[in-house]
Amino acid sequence: MNDDSYQCEKCQKAEVYPPDAGWRELAPGGVIPQAGNAVLYETGGWRTYRPVRHDDKCIDCLFCWIYCPDMSVYVNDESVKTLGFDLDHCKGCGICSAVCPTGAIEMKLETDLRAEEASAAEGAGE
Amino acid sequence: MGKLRPMEGNEAIAEAMRQINPDVVAAYPITPSTEAVQIFARFVADGQVDTNYVAVESEHSAMSACIAASLAGGRVMNVTASQGLALMWEMLYIAASLRSTVVLSVANRALSGNINIHCDHSDAMGARDAGWLQLYGENVQEAYDNAIQAVVIAEREDVRLPVMNCYDGFLVSHSYELLEVEEDEAVREFVGPYKPVRPLLDVQNPYTIGPLDLYDFYHEHKRSQWEAYRPAKQAVIEVGKAFGERFGRSYGLLEPYFLDDAELVIVALGSTAGIVKDIVEQRREGGERVGLLKIRSFRPFPAEEIADALGSARALAVMDRAAGFGSGFGTLYPEVAAALYAGGKQVPVVDYIYGLGGRMVLPEEIHQVYNELAPVAASGHPEQLTRWLGVRE
Ligand code: SF4
Ligand code: SF4
Repeated sequence: MNDDSYQCEKCQKAEVYPPDAGWRELAPGGVIPQAGNAVLYETGGWRTYRPVRHDDKCIDCLFCWIYCPDMSVYVNDESVKTLGFDLDHCKGCGICSAVCPTGAIEMKLETDLRAEEASAAEGAGE
Repeated sequence: MGKLRPMEGNEAIAEAMRQINPDVVAAYPITPSTEAVQIFARFVADGQVDTNYVAVESEHSAMSACIAASLAGGRVMNVTASQGLALMWEMLYIAASLRSTVVLSVANRALSGNINIHCDHSDAMGARDAGWLQLYGENVQEAYDNAIQAVVIAEREDVRLPVMNCYDGFLVSHSYELLEVEEDEAVREFVGPYKPVRPLLDVQNPYTIGPLDLYDFYHEHKRSQWEAYRPAKQAVIEVGKAFGERFGRSYGLLEPYFLDDAELVIVALGSTAGIVKDIVEQRREGGERVGLLKIRSFRPFPAEEIADALGSARALAVMDRAAGFGSGFGTLYPEVAAALYAGGKQVPVVDYIYGLGGRMVLPEEIHQVYNELAPVAASGHPEQLTRWLGVRE
């Protein structure tokens, strides 16, 4: 029982318990002793539609960055310009697309994009 | 030294709260506990406490605010009853699961329907598996003493569980009694300052609380919570003893009354124990070996201790002030019976469902219970396992 931190002996990562952790190892209250570990849980696989940005239309207003509920819009801290999407965590809700004042973000079916990507990869392999 | 003062139960609870001076009280007053909150709100308004009093719009919100304040690192108290406790239901489980240390005084009152404002134990019994500790006081003095001890028990580092301080609605909440009220300083010294283990307000050391917890970890988390009730039992015993050493009134998990050689024994919770004590004394004068086992700590349930305490009993009556609809019994009976069975005790036990919705329990009825127990002890078999006491046929 350790409230303050959890250092997994097996993987040496402090952030999460290993999947085979026994009940005695867990901190009281079902808490995760560290914060900020949601990044380890990839929600991108839930996506039906993927946001695709047309760079020529983007005016870097950062609306998409502010509104994205999953912090999945990357922004360069120096230039304060949007860079694209964190597709490991973007759930495809389309909020960014809805709030974009210039219509720069198009929501495209993930399955279509994957098929396109697969055939492009095949073409490249030939 | 404490001072003898006449107070009703609710007033005594408010007084204990004033002395404890909790960081947060988020309450939504409800009969018959209203006055406790009302009087305490006056202490807040008059600057007699430093408490942040949060006026909320429902008991569900009250308990939500209490849990958050407790996890943030505050000492938190609240008072409710009946429908109010029922409205807190989902938050009660969360309060215990997240190991908050909220102390909630409950003026036990019947649940609707039909609507009724008087005493029975159906409210707290409905929350018996929520993970809260439950102490039942017999009178105003015990309600006051338990409120103070509850804080210490809840906050102990090896416990960290919320505690319900149950006292009978109207019978205790609105009854004036002469009780010993301890000095403010002595009470504050006894409860000490709250040292939260991992306050959420410690922003330098953030952590994740209440996350989604599925089949891969939930089971282990519940197993871990299960373990907390063992030190909790120890805490009830030790804090009760320390309280006795400090203030002269000792408490334990149980209160045996003329139990050493008792053959016919009544098991009871709350104010009814007071009436039973009277009858025990009367019948003892007539040479009858009768006794009472008052259960003070219903959660954690002292199963081994109950089996041990009933060594000489030949017939038992469990007084149930809540009907376990569909189970065939009240709510206390199955637990006492299981404790005896697990402890290898073969004693016939009769369940008496009584006093629902504030139906008065009369001394004659307690006599009746002992009278009916005598043939049960002789034959070893009750004719009827569950009886309704004081009901019009
Ligand atoms: S689709 Fe939703 S989750 Fe994905 S980047 Fe846009 S707002 Fe964020
Ligand atoms: S909301 Fe549209 S225009 Fe604004 S930064 Fe995002 S993509 Fe660019």
